[in-house]
Amino acid sequence: MTRTDPAPYRALGLTEEEFEAIEHRLGREPTHTELAMFSVMWSEHCSYKSSRVHLRNLPTDGPEILVGPGEGAGVIEVAPGIAVAWKIESHNHPSFVEPFNGAATGIGGIVRDILSMGARPIALLDPLRFGPLDDARTRYIVEEVVHGISAYGNSIGVPTVGGEAVFEECYAENPLVNVACLGVIEDRLMHGRAEGPGNAGVLFGSSTGRDGIGGASVLASAEFDETSLEKRPSVQVGDPFSEKLLIEASLELVRRGLVVGFQDLGAGGISCPASEMTSKAGTGMKVWLDRIHLREADMEPFEVMISESQERMLAVVEPDDVEAVLDVCAKWGLEARVVSEVTKSGRLEVLKGDELIADVPAEALAEEGPVYERRFERPSWIDELQVATSGDDPPEDLAGAFLSVLRSPNVSSKRWIWEQYDHMLFLGTVQGPGADAAVIRLPKGDVAVALTTDGNGRYCYLDPYEGARLAVAEAARNVACTGARPVAITNCLNFGNPEKSDVMWQFVEAVRGIGDACSALGTPVTGGNVSFYNETKGRAIYPTPIIGMLGILERPSASVGLGFRSEGDVIMTAGATSPDDLGGSEYAKVVNGVVAGKPPGLDLDAERALIGFLQEGAASGLLHSAHDPSLGGLVIAIAESGLASDLGFELEASFDHRILFSESPSRAVVTCAPEREVELEGLAERHGVPLARTGLVGGDRFDFGSFSVAKTEATDVFENALPERLAASMSL
Amino acid sequence: MRYAAVVDVMPKEGIADPQGQTIEKALPALGYGGVAEIRVGKRIELQLEAAGPDEARERVLEMCERLLANPVIEVYEVTIR
Repeated sequence: MTRTDPAPYRALGLTEEEFEAIEHRLGREPTHTELAMFSVMWSEHCSYKSSRVHLRNLPTDGPEILVGPGEGAGVIEVAPGIAVAWKIESHNHPSFVEPFNGAATGIGGIVRDILSMGARPIALLDPLRFGPLDDARTRYIVEEVVHGISAYGNSIGVPTVGGEAVFEECYAENPLVNVACLGVIEDRLMHGRAEGPGNAGVLFGSSTGRDGIGGASVLASAEFDETSLEKRPSVQVGDPFSEKLLIEASLELVRRGLVVGFQDLGAGGISCPASEMTSKAGTGMKVWLDRIHLREADMEPFEVMISESQERMLAVVEPDDVEAVLDVCAKWGLEARVVSEVTKSGRLEVLKGDELIADVPAEALAEEGPVYERRFERPSWIDELQVATSGDDPPEDLAGAFLSVLRSPNVSSKRWIWEQYDHMLFLGTVQGPGADAAVIRLPKGDVAVALTTDGNGRYCYLDPYEGARLAVAEAARNVACTGARPVAITNCLNFGNPEKSDVMWQFVEAVRGIGDACSALGTPVTGGNVSFYNETKGRAIYPTPIIGMLGILERPSASVGLGFRSEGDVIMTAGATSPDDLGGSEYAKVVNGVVAGKPPGLDLDAERALIGFLQEGAASGLLHSAHDPSLGGLVIAIAESGLASDLGFELEASFDHRILFSESPSRAVVTCAPEREVELEGLAERHGVPLARTGLVGGDRFDFGSFSVAKTEATDVFENALPERLAASMSL
Repeated sequence: MRYAAVVDVMPKEGIADPQGQTIEKALPALGYGGVAEIRVGKRIELQLEAAGPDEARERVLEMCERLLANPVIEVYEVTIR
């Protein structure tokens, strides 16, 4: 390779400056294999080169946090001696190119991240964003993504217990497929460190093939255009049965104390664990390419080093334990070979036969990737957008508006999606799909965690700082509605092209918003993922930070659901409703076709007060149900509580549309037994939460005071809206 | 005219083929050593009305692109009789 031929590094996604930095660091021209390794490790996806300077400011410490950002997953202590791993990832780009396999391998990747901490994966959540369902291609993507998640998740025996599905124009050609996973540390916490020179590196799992060559640099780090479909060979195909074997073999290795450390092979292939594990431990590694189990005989060295073939792990093993490790892998039917050795050199040396084909400092690959302080600037369009009318004009008739919002696929039942997922596996699911937050009883001890994912792209489009704060607050509130205490978040930051100053501004503002809200609510960030370049043909998605909140519920039996419990219970609204909070609301979009104005105003002190009220209300057994109004406001929240348990209700006052559909945060619709109403009022007062009596549970109508619909009609609309929209695709 | 078409669908070169890999692992267990490079595809037979063999082929190719194969990860071959 010569300098006069710039194509190779450009084709690998590196810039000229980056190429020069590599040359400078090595003191010579990189070989072809080295260049390929740098291209994946220095890609946006692996190096966080545009986001790192901003992510540094996020709060990451807390009393329960055992492992923060920078490892395979965050680790949180939920009770003495019981720790869980929690992480979210994106698989947006692969899922656009090949929805079924893209979504499936997304599950595989996050599961291995959790596994790499020594944790057994026990629950998945899938926040999804698609275009409107009136487009046939979108319906195809929805079906294939859901099918991919269920095919992989169900096969490996990990239940999918929650998530979201949102449909909006901006995601039409750039769907978002985020996946979060929870795992329980079974025996001991593992670290991805290659300690101990002389130790062996054992590669185990599937064979290495040509799939996903350069996936990190080519797919995840560039926006889409017409040529995207030609990037097809980068797609990976998942094999869930191998993954299941990989889970069991890895956990047995941990249980028997046979590994010093391990890490999964994801983006960047074997180059990633080989450089990251050694860099963290201050060691080096010699890799013998000829020992790697290949699927195709004629692979080039660079292909072997960056192949993203799925279902593989690299373990560092003491020489005396190698035999035992190979036996465990053989028992589980997995190929395992010693492919490398830990050295003192601090370098990653790759040999083919006797020939040294790559020799680079491990740190240079893993730690010294470029750091960009990209230009960001508040775009002028945001001011016009914020002063524009928020779409709060009154509807022609309230009942019609209610049914339209209820019929919106963003609001209506997602049963069609979650019915395809196994969500009850292990019998630990106390509350599953459809709940404010999933509540999972942990296999060890009588303790549960509450998990949710939230992120409103519309709010973030109108104001990324406020939108991000609102996302954190809603996630915390959802967790608190079940009675749990919000403890920590993982985040998946989905944005457009960071090289554009307005997109970068959205990112910077959103990260600042997450940081401020997490500090105020005492929920540090344990890690996450950044997905840039979510653009197709130059049009970016709404900035969409997804917050994955984890809460602790000390008594699983005290968990509160969203459904009304019994006729005669009193419905109360906790928190204040502002008639001005219709900007970016579902009402404004569905009824008036407007996405403009300012998002709802958030007071984090009020949010904290509400969270305290909900927790104590659940623990004391006062609350029979709790559900927070979000999309669609109070009417939808009350309706959902009725729909969840097939009970009607009657409200005691008439409100206008600006109250009924307002999406003010920091509120919850709660119920209690009539004889305990005073007690609940006392509790609210102590927490400084305004509480208003709103109505009574009972009857066969959804009676909102100013209008009413039959319960059967609401049920029909809620349950059938999504399947009916999708059914159009049956006639191809 | 009525034509018979045969479509052979195979995973693309370089794409992981879990079915093939599983068979490759299972055969030695049954005593069949020395077997390698197993790939599993599918064969689809269909009959269709068309004015001539060229039109028949054209229509089947379109069906392959849209439904019979997944062009992202599979290749196909159409034979018209």
